[in-house]
Amino acid sequence: MAKVTVDGIEVEVPNGATVLQACEAAGKEIPRFCYHERLSVAGNCRMCLVEVEKAPKPVASCAYPVADGMVVKTDSPVVRNARRGVMEFLLINHPLDCPICDQGGECDLQDQAVGYGMDHSRYREAKRAVKDKYVGPLIKTIMTRCIQCTRCVRFAAEVAGVPELGATGRGESMEIGTYVEKALTTELSGNLIDICPVGALTSRPYAFVARPWELRKTESIDVQDATGTNIRIDTRGPEVLRILPRINEDVNEEWMADRGRFSFDGLKRKRLDRPWIRVNGGLRQASWPEAFAAIAGKLKGMRGERIGAIAGDLVEAESLFALKALMAKLGSENLDCRTDGAAIDVTRPDFYRFNTTIAGIEEADALLIIGSNPRTEAPVINARIRKRWVAGRFPVGRIGPAGIDLTYGHEHLGEGPEAIRALLDGSHPFMEVLKTAKRPMVLLGRGALMRADGLAVLAAAWEVARQADALREDWHGFNLLHLFGGQVGALALGFLPGAGGQDIGQMLGGGADALWLLGADGVDPATIPAGTFVIYQGHHGDRIAGHADVILPGAAYTEKDGTWLNTEGRVQRGHLAVYPPGEAREDWRIIRAASEALGATLPFDSLAALRDAMALEQGLERRFAADATGPAGDPAAMSGAAFVLPLANYHQADVIARASDVMAQCAATYAAPVPVAAE
Amino acid sequence: MALSDKDRIFTNLYGLQDWRLPAAQRRGNWDGTAGFLEKGRDWIIEEMKSSGLRGRGGAGFPTGMKWSFMPKQASERPHYLVVNADESEPGTCKDRDIIRHDPHTLIEGCLIAGFAMGAHAGYIYIRGEYYNESRVLDAAIDEAYAAGLLGKNAAGSGWDFDLYVHRGAGAYICGEETALIESLEGKKGMPRLKPPFPAAVGLYGCPTTVNNVETIAVVPTVLRRGAAWFAGFGRPKNSGTKIFCIQGHVNKPCNVEEEMSIPMRELIERHAGGVRGGWDNLMCVIPGGSSTPLLPKHICDDVLMDFDALREHKSGLGTAGVIVMDKSTDIVRAIARLSRFYKHESCGQCTPCREGMGWVSRMMDRMVQGRAEIEEIDVLEEVTRRIEGHTICALADGGVWPVQGLIRHYRPVMEERIAAYKAAHATPPMPMAAE
Repeated sequence: MAKVTVDGIEVEVPNGATVLQACEAAGKEIPRFCYHERLSVAGNCRMCLVEVEKAPKPVASCAYPVADGMVVKTDSPVVRNARRGVMEFLLINHPLDCPICDQGGECDLQDQAVGYGMDHSRYREAKRAVKDKYVGPLIKTIMTRCIQCTRCVRFAAEVAGVPELGATGRGESMEIGTYVEKALTTELSGNLIDICPVGALTSRPYAFVARPWELRKTESIDVQDATGTNIRIDTRGPEVLRILPRINEDVNEEWMADRGRFSFDGLKRKRLDRPWIRVNGGLRQASWPEAFAAIAGKLKGMRGERIGAIAGDLVEAESLFALKALMAKLGSENLDCRTDGAAIDVTRPDFYRFNTTIAGIEEADALLIIGSNPRTEAPVINARIRKRWVAGRFPVGRIGPAGIDLTYGHEHLGEGPEAIRALLDGSHPFMEVLKTAKRPMVLLGRGALMRADGLAVLAAAWEVARQADALREDWHGFNLLHLFGGQVGALALGFLPGAGGQDIGQMLGGGADALWLLGADGVDPATIPAGTFVIYQGHHGDRIAGHADVILPGAAYTEKDGTWLNTEGRVQRGHLAVYPPGEAREDWRIIRAASEALGATLPFDSLAALRDAMALEQGLERRFAADATGPAGDPAAMSGAAFVLPLANYHQADVIARASDVMAQCAATYAAPVPVAAE
Repeated sequence: MALSDKDRIFTNLYGLQDWRLPAAQRRGNWDGTAGFLEKGRDWIIEEMKSSGLRGRGGAGFPTGMKWSFMPKQASERPHYLVVNADESEPGTCKDRDIIRHDPHTLIEGCLIAGFAMGAHAGYIYIRGEYYNESRVLDAAIDEAYAAGLLGKNAAGSGWDFDLYVHRGAGAYICGEETALIESLEGKKGMPRLKPPFPAAVGLYGCPTTVNNVETIAVVPTVLRRGAAWFAGFGRPKNSGTKIFCIQGHVNKPCNVEEEMSIPMRELIERHAGGVRGGWDNLMCVIPGGSSTPLLPKHICDDVLMDFDALREHKSGLGTAGVIVMDKSTDIVRAIARLSRFYKHESCGQCTPCREGMGWVSRMMDRMVQGRAEIEEIDVLEEVTRRIEGHTICALADGGVWPVQGLIRHYRPVMEERIAAYKAAHATPPMPMAAE
């Protein structure tokens, strides 16, 4: 520890800390532009200059290491003059277009100009103008506003792992860009907007839409991947205008994936905003009582075992719990949530969770990825893996399709189960890497289980983890990476076939006369036998809704108070930001109302009562592997078929994104280029 | 008393003899090199310290002390010697003559310096524009390899030393030591934050010392003739001989090796044939390359050419590029030209330099015409003060010092010009109709 005196306040900070950290420990605010806690230190904006006794010049506090006995002044005439100077220099070439700038009101430059700048400009020369650059469909650039802090360059190179941004030119002519103009190939590009301290990089879909002070901010959880990113939904009136990440060190730090951030315009398109019922082969608009009457007319009297319920990927725990309770009342054990057909063993929670935890990735020292591309399946988790990889001594092996850029170096071990076999019988040297590692991780993609021999793959992956000694009382290295925010909640609540119940295949194979599809957009309409009575409850008129006999309009994740479990099994709550459109209602209320119509009234009539009955504690307690016994399944039963990745198209992987214009543009931009034959 | 020929280190500075190895050996280069290495690192560093040699690249940091910052114990990280031959300071051309006419002084110096800092590899980063010089240097290094003076068991000393030449791409900033290291690593030449200093984390993250060509090239002779001999020239703390580059309004511009602390007037009159039109026609002198503030004639009359004497007059010895300007010079325009140079060469990293250099340059352009207000001279001065000392490297400091020097010594000229412009462009009073 080093004793540092900041403006007369003595603080103790660890050796190797920076002067800026010492100043913050002393409660002194140090203005900064280029410094960002999660990026490397550039030290080029010069805004954080402070005076250090015995140093000949003011020093950049963000980069200067502390020494024992150091005396720092943060408010001396020298420091004030330096800050005023830097502020003046930044502003001479910065356009004073704050009234039309989307960053206005949440701009570091604006705030610090008020705090540290002068009240007038002495600059009488012509201002610089810079041509705007194209960096993709999500980010709008107004490069004249750029203050060359290089945060974006460092983010792209360090966190996103795509070193595509850089500075060209020298001195005043220095410009940030991609040199050859192209869309940035990262799934984390939206974060550039957050880290840009000025209005140079702003959100293209949000351009000229709103001012930050007009927005109502609601805390919620991103459900469009299984990371469980903590988000803030900004709304004005009935509209979601933008979604930003919140800081949660255990989950997403402060990053967010593009699909979750930018696909909310899909919440306004193709929405189901009133009930529909099928009459004479055609769908017609109906009132809620009519819809419930239609359901009751069919279901009343039907034997429980002929009724089935299938839940989709984005559904929150409350409505799953309610629907499960309703099915129990109707005498049905036919429940399933695995619309993708993944073979998942739920006999123990650690068979289907990301047990190492996301923050725990940073403690791991070897990683094996099986049948997954975390870069597209969970970009934020991938960034965490990259963070660990950048720290060094982190061998990564991957089994799956060849030629995938994970943004970090890895060894490709094979394309299919034969590579897992090679690890298990010790014939592949990577097994030795896992065995010598102290905290090895096995990351199994949900995509690897979506096959006939899924259970065998699951058992084999577990066996690899067991042989690598990754299943200990102080370390759990087996991880299943899910794809969407509602998947783990459904597994945890046991939305699965009960005793004697049918699974999704049996239900669709003629085992059910009535199906209640709760947001089950993944079910292929062609697989539903003719004559099955289909109730679709959900928020988007995706392909399955058109085949329903009754459509119950539900609420999207922004429109309800809900509980979601991320891939770790972390229980997190989101809040209602806007009301569902039209006649649409929160899903658990719909189920509660339907239960009354069916004469099977559920015993809760408030969210609080439902949550009491559901008994899911918020948060995550990290559990370790007390038991290394593996899931059911025989590793020997694995077929030779290569693994196929589940998400063919990152930008249109879920029902909200498929309705989104912005995501459609992204999909068009990032579609794999057509290979051109050599002449 | 001028430096006598027997005391010259660069005996072929003018290229009157051959630069190749045999001729260089006849001049005494490579004589007993292995013997110095035998005496050990500490002896060499002590000799350098007691010789009082200060870095010839501009900052004047004591060379022996700089070498002693290198870690004593070699770890698994190799040590590197980097020679800064990116001589881009306007008004300076000493390294060029050393490389093209006396390259073996440099190469021998590299071996000794490399040994003294535990480096088995040295890089000479030569300015891209010095194409012919790099050819000479390459050829000289090839000769040295062929003669067993470099490579395994270099010069029979038992020390392995490899030397590489790397050509720059034409950026002034790459002469700054950390920017040079960045450029050598293949990145954009932008100065690094210090600390850590290159002696701890330098080229490829390894301990590195960056020295100027002249600094390294004098090392063999200093060792050969003894630290006391070298320290005998010049005033205390400013010892040794130095190559001065005299140019501008002098009758015979030249490079000349002279004793430190020689009076400026004697230097100009003895070696450069005096100021054009006589000493009294002198207006001012920039004593140490374009970064150092100018000195008006009354100071030049008796100032000594060394680090401390020039510093007393708020200027500096810099690289000893002496730019002489007579009374025909438009001094405001001359300094405005320098400002434009620094604006062009700013790397763009730090805010004050990136934004401020353009501001200063544009104001200076107006000052040349006089298209400004008198008060703007104060604004200009304050802007330079806000740039100075607030950046990562010293380019910004060097870029504003000439302007500060101008305002310090020639403010009346600037004011006159503004007044003249105002007079010439005064709007005639509005004619008033008769009542």
